[in-house]
Amino acid sequence: MIDVLYFAWVRERIGEPKETVETSAVTVLDLVNELRAREERYALAFSDLSALRVAVDQELTEFDAPLAGAREVAFFPPMTGG
Amino acid sequence: MSVRVQSEPFDAGAELNAFSMGAEGAGAVVSFTGIVRDIAGGLDVMEIEHYPGMTEKAISGIVAQAQQRWDLADVLVIHRYGALHANDQIMMVATASRHRVAAFEAAEFLMDYLKSRAPFWKKEHTKDGADWVDATDADEKALDRW
Repeated sequence: MIDVLYFAWVRERIGEPKETVETSAVTVLDLVNELRAREERYALAFSDLSALRVAVDQELTEFDAPLAGAREVAFFPPMTGG
Repeated sequence: MSVRVQSEPFDAGAELNAFSMGAEGAGAVVSFTGIVRDIAGGLDVMEIEHYPGMTEKAISGIVAQAQQRWDLADVLVIHRYGALHANDQIMMVATASRHRVAAFEAAEFLMDYLKSRAPFWKKEHTKDGADWVDATDADEKALDRW
């Protein structure tokens, strides 16, 4: 079980800010592919990974990062702070 | 070091005074205040979303990097989230050091990293609708100089 969080337009496209997912995904990309296969809204939100960023347990990382032991994965667009 | 992520407004002048008074041994204090701009005209609300938990960690990590690079007496970062309006103060950074070069450089470094490595997202609401503000290539390129 892993908590999956969405922010900004990713949250809007998925339609919820957070969900708990039962997964055996080894990497972030595996998880993305599982989500894509679920429903059209996921396929749309994850259609262009170059437009997305990912954090595992609140640390920015890459889509090939392993998920072993991770509690929380977050997907969001490039950040616009400041 | 002080990092605050809050929805409430802050008084940049009072914050800066308190910061300067507390920065013992510092010969230089530099501050930057970010203000909400109404770029296209007709901005009703600037909505700022963030990632509670990660935001504080990410900013503290950026401040720690600055402290490794420069000899800083103190650092202050305040960043707001929630519904803001044109001309509202959105964030501030202050750095204190013995000499001005470190304070200036560290403040710029903090701003460059806060822009594209702290998990905030801006959405502009106007009478015509609402749009997420896109990150720019320039924001990303700004990190290269460090």
